[in-house]
Amino acid sequence: MQVKTRAHKNTLFISLDGELDEFTAEYTRINLDQAMIQTRAAQIVIDLANLRFMDSTGIGVLIGRYKKMKDKNIPIYISNPSTQAERIFKMTGLYSIMPKVQGGVS
Amino acid sequence: MKTVINTIKLQIDAKSCNESFARTAVASFAAQLDPTIDEINDLKTAVSEAVTNCIVHSNSKTVLIEASLWRNDREEAVTKKPTKILTEKYQCGIAIAITDFGTGIANIEKALEPFYTTKPDQERSGMGFTVMQSFMDSLKVTHAKPSGTIVQMTKTFNNCAGA
Repeated sequence: MQVKTRAHKNTLFISLDGELDEFTAEYTRINLDQAMIQTRAAQIVIDLANLRFMDSTGIGVLIGRYKKMKDKNIPIYISNPSTQAERIFKMTGLYSIMPKVQGGVS
Repeated sequence: MKTVINTIKLQIDAKSCNESFARTAVASFAAQLDPTIDEINDLKTAVSEAVTNCIVHSNSKTVLIEASLWRNDREEAVTKKPTKILTEKYQCGIAIAITDFGTGIANIEKALEPFYTTKPDQERSGMGFTVMQSFMDSLKVTHAKPSGTIVQMTKTFNNCAGA
């Protein structure tokens, strides 16, 4: 798993490259927090175009980050989910707190 | 009638570093039935959920993964649907049992409820079984003997012409 960040105008783009499961969850959590806590961006977009795998462990990671950023009033958006990730997002209602947007990091 | 055409039995240490291996191994095994990419990804997700449960919750040292591939008999395809025989494709699929030998689940019915988690402080979604149910055709959770949990899942693949 690689967590890549890029700031553009008032947006922080974060790309998750690899597989997000129980094994990589802790690493992902720490690196997302590091990128998000430092940011002065008005909004965050988490791009999943290069996320080759995600299970419901990923939902826990994302909701945890949402709670932290909510305190700072910085909204988080999701872009380019896989078919399976999209189904998990829909069944958990994740899009109601992290809406899906077009576009990504590249 | 369903005929089992191939089986595997895989025992792994209950370590999260084995999760990727476990789901990829089952997916590779199923690949010989030529499922679609989406079917393979559904399978990987469901296996990952079941193995995660064993690793995070069961306190078991090992996880046993058994899988069998099946297809229906030619005779059945011919006799039961004679009018469709020219377009009828063989049905085939996979049955998986994932067993741990840990503490077991006290209340299985409760564990199957969406968003139910015994570890709410650990950023867990409580959606593992719901994902398995949604991505597979069937899910059955039972107690293992003398202790532990067995998760059984099946999935039928849509296009099995090559099987």
